[in-house]
Amino acid sequence: MRVSCWRSLPTCGLQSTLFQLRDLKAVGKKFVHVMYPKKSSALLRDWDLWGPLVLCVSLALMLQGGSADSKEDGGPQFAEVFVIIWFGAVVITLNSKLLGGTISFFQSLCVLGYCVLPLTVAMLVCRLVLLAGSGTVSFIIRLIVVIAMFAWSTLASTAFLADSQPPHRKALVVYPIFLFYFVISWMILTFTPQ
Amino acid sequence: MSAPGGGRSGPAEWGGFEDNMQGGGSAVIDMENMDDTSGSSFEDMGEMHQRMKEEEEEEAEGEAGAGGEEDGEFLGMKGLQGQLGRQVADQMWQVGKRQASKAFSLYANIDILRPYFDVEPVQVRTRLLESMVPVKMINFPQKIAGELYGPLMLVFTLVAILLHGMKTSDTIIREGTLMGTAIGTCFGYWLGVSSFIYFLAYLCNAQITMVQMLSLLGYGLFGHCITLLVTYNIHFHSLFYIFWLVVGGLSTLRMVAVLVSRTVGHTQRLILCGTLAALHMLFLLYLHFAYHKVVEGILDTLEGPNMPPFQRVARDIPVVSNAVLNTTAKANAMTL
Repeated sequence: MRVSCWRSLPTCGLQSTLFQLRDLKAVGKKFVHVMYPKKSSALLRDWDLWGPLVLCVSLALMLQGGSADSKEDGGPQFAEVFVIIWFGAVVITLNSKLLGGTISFFQSLCVLGYCVLPLTVAMLVCRLVLLAGSGTVSFIIRLIVVIAMFAWSTLASTAFLADSQPPHRKALVVYPIFLFYFVISWMILTFTPQ
Repeated sequence: MSAPGGGRSGPAEWGGFEDNMQGGGSAVIDMENMDDTSGSSFEDMGEMHQRMKEEEEEEAEGEAGAGGEEDGEFLGMKGLQGQLGRQVADQMWQVGKRQASKAFSLYANIDILRPYFDVEPVQVRTRLLESMVPVKMINFPQKIAGELYGPLMLVFTLVAILLHGMKTSDTIIREGTLMGTAIGTCFGYWLGVSSFIYFLAYLCNAQITMVQMLSLLGYGLFGHCITLLVTYNIHFHSLFYIFWLVVGGLSTLRMVAVLVSRTVGHTQRLILCGTLAALHMLFLLYLHFAYHKVVEGILDTLEGPNMPPFQRVARDIPVVSNAVLNTTAKANAMTL
């Protein structure tokens, strides 16, 4: 959030409240941009990491409780999901910078983090479907939903990131993004509650 | 070559430790010139705050310089010491900050790695296919491209495939996590075996650099990726052995041929290539048998977690010696 309180302490409280609402609106707008990926520069220009943090935490929380056995933890732990998402995003950003990209470090992190939104939605849907039952039908439904959201995530992040690359190297940048969202989708698909 | 962001020219900023290098090299996170974060007010505020603080410091230093003697005269030794102490602390802070950001822009300067990522998709595809084709000309040193993009992507792909294999075989890791184990195994193999073979190459007078070795071994993992992708999904032992020999063998032969072409002397060639071949083939064997599942147990993963698993439960997976795993693998093969 914007740190403007250092200037004038008396009006600090009022300003910070106003700024929080405005920032929430910015985050919400970015969510909408991700769900309908058009070539807009809003995500890139006003980057922030609040949206990715919220998505990452909610995804990690929803992936809890996936152990097959209470003694042996078969599901990903909270820290594992967190580290995978942020480490993966950092690697992809470094890779795109090394390949000659013009995007900055935090802008890339912002885009990759926001594009986890469709997969978070997929996780929500999977959990709801698993409440109903865990047979073959539910597996097929989950598979279709996860594949669709994975494709959406990859396409959304490609739409934002690929423009910043030299044109003949787009495939080299898209592949790690594909792999990254593939691993997250795999974690979501193989999630089985207790 | 590439066009770094912000219009900075590449080669000019390579050596210097001068002050004008600050902000000129493209560090990972450009702390000095974040000119592409115009929209983020936190950054703007941070910068403005910093600038104002520096202006105040300059004014304070100016006033202190002028009025320090007067203060000293007025307050005596105590005032002078206070003034001096503040200035020393200030200077130390400035020097420390300058050194820290020099070190940061030196080590976090990814321009060092940039030449190794200068590839085209066509080149990557060609090299992937060539990694399965053993060269015939071993009397002439074969060219190895010192490129790190392809090998890095292959290692990550292997991690993804390994995760898939571990999950379908219901491997339970007691100490550690699935992801950590997969990443540790794959990166450990790539970096560790590369370093070991590089060391052996140094002993055997082979002409190969570290980056070339990393690149060679990385592309050799392409065969592993294909084999594991197929055999983790289609569980037939005979199929695995055929893939192991053919695909694994081809990629090993390619690496061996390239190394032989760069080494002189029969003993040296034998040592180097024998070690590499053994490690490469055994690694594929290990990856298959450590996370293997019998055919009958596949349906259990779809049914749910409550069915008793048929497969062998992998115990803790530290960095193991191949001997332990090979004996287990043999025992497993005998029961099947």
